[in-house]
Amino acid sequence: MNLKNTKNFATNIRKNIIYTAYKAGSKSAHIGGALSIADIIAVLYSNIIKIKKTRTLDDKRDRFILSKGHACLALYSALVEKKIIKKKDLETFETDGSYLLGHPIINKLSGIEFSTGSLGMGLSLGIGVAIAAKKKNRSHKVFVLMGDGECNEGSVWEAIMCACHFKLDNMVIIVDKNNLQQTGRNSEIMDLKSLTNKFKSFGCHTIEIDGHDYKKLFNSITKKTLNRPKVIVAKTIKGKGIKLFENDNNWHHSIITKTIYKDILKKI
Amino acid sequence: MMDLKKNIKLWSNLGMRATFGLIAMELEKKYPNLIITTADVSTSAGLDRFKSKHPDKYIDVGIAEQNLLGVSAGLSSEGFKVISTTFSPFQTLRCCEQIKVNLGYMKHKICMVGLASGLVLGNLGFTHCSIEDIGVLRSIPNIAIVVPSDPYELYKVLNQSIEYKDSVYIRLTAGPNTKIINKDEYEFEIGKAKEILPGNDVVIFSCGNIISNCLEAASVLKEKNIDCSVVNIHTIKPIDAEAILEKSKDKKLVITVEEHNIIGGLGSAVAEVLSEETLKCKLKRIGINDYYSSGGSYEYLKNIYGLSTEKIIQTILSNIN
Repeated sequence: MNLKNTKNFATNIRKNIIYTAYKAGSKSAHIGGALSIADIIAVLYSNIIKIKKTRTLDDKRDRFILSKGHACLALYSALVEKKIIKKKDLETFETDGSYLLGHPIINKLSGIEFSTGSLGMGLSLGIGVAIAAKKKNRSHKVFVLMGDGECNEGSVWEAIMCACHFKLDNMVIIVDKNNLQQTGRNSEIMDLKSLTNKFKSFGCHTIEIDGHDYKKLFNSITKKTLNRPKVIVAKTIKGKGIKLFENDNNWHHSIITKTIYKDILKKI
Repeated sequence: MMDLKKNIKLWSNLGMRATFGLIAMELEKKYPNLIITTADVSTSAGLDRFKSKHPDKYIDVGIAEQNLLGVSAGLSSEGFKVISTTFSPFQTLRCCEQIKVNLGYMKHKICMVGLASGLVLGNLGFTHCSIEDIGVLRSIPNIAIVVPSDPYELYKVLNQSIEYKDSVYIRLTAGPNTKIINKDEYEFEIGKAKEILPGNDVVIFSCGNIISNCLEAASVLKEKNIDCSVVNIHTIKPIDAEAILEKSKDKKLVITVEEHNIIGGLGSAVAEVLSEETLKCKLKRIGINDYYSSGGSYEYLKNIYGLSTEKIIQTILSNIN
């Protein structure tokens, strides 16, 4: 892994996120949860996921599923960095008829595998894709990124049970554990206790790491597992990278004004 | 080609569910990339043989229907032909949003087979009856809804559903010893209604095996000089508006008969078609009149909800003048 490239990639993702949120104006954007996964997405898209503009439909491509679809600005930004989406298209975010809405819309040509955002659904889709890969004897990987708040959904646990039962070692499930969900702290809204222990008890190969540490992310994502899916519980900070937003849930879904934009752009 | 007469008899003895299992064996030969997904219902769906012969093409996700739909859609997105199946309430309402997003919104194609829909499981109570499935699914775009009238029609429905452009919900009604509606080879097409019995005074639109009660009623009414046409609206969506208008024209009475809530099902679909035209005809919907009754046998419930042959006759007689 090239540390410098990854860092640059992450910085550019963050810049694209706040640029798009700023351009969206009064329509608001999900900012906090997009920034908390920016480093995870940077490690995946700059080092691991082999996807190119000319090969977005290649059957051998790795599949990335953003189950916490509201964090789509991070995905769109990464696809801009990969030159799959045009940067100027970010300005159409949430505008009438745009293909870049507030939750991803399936668009395989543009690198978006599924329409997500209704929480708790992405993991099951990923299982179907991972079983398909095994049946076709393909070696590509299936990455699913979920939120910790998303783990309130019972369907997540139906799915994880299944991923373990079918020994889907071609799956890497990353949980963005930023400890916050829409209206408050996980511990106050619905206490998840130890997510790591929960995933372990289902039989997943479970690793808990700092979700902003590029090296640890890279190593844990790429480490091979046999006969079981891997779950990475990535401890993150909601709003990471912009001091004003960090751990402040008011930035879960909010408006970036011109003054704020100019101010924070200098500090990324 | 199979010995049709023999099969029709055998299949009707077995009922829709066991016939589905037999047809699945045929489909596997035709479609090498077929996968059947279930939620712990191999025996109930007649799939035990399929499961043991083709374990690689059979995926049981356990009693977890939301996951069933997600996994099925994931497989479908990778090019597999997927048939999912479990009991009707769980195949539809339990995972309704997964159906909306994965099949409706994203258009991943799956054929969903809803077992024992309608009132046949009345002895088990209304957790297991399914009188809401059509109404709920009808409001989701990009999903066809087909209700085979007998196991032979199921054979035709399954074969066409796999090739159909959209996802298809296949609603199975009745138990073993299903009444035979279609005795001979006939042309079937998803979306095209089929007149089973011609008649001039009354038209009965129906779907599923309850059509057998409609045919019996028509035969009794014939002796009373009331000439009933019986039309099989096997496809509730897309509805065959043309046939409904054509068959309703010049009739004294239009009747719909369904093992479903009269709100949202076949009766509603027919009413929608008729109300947008200037056709003058009286419509009476027979079905579950929007309440959960006490439980009991299939015959008991059909009687309660006015779906028995005798009650259908009474309703027609009291509405025709």
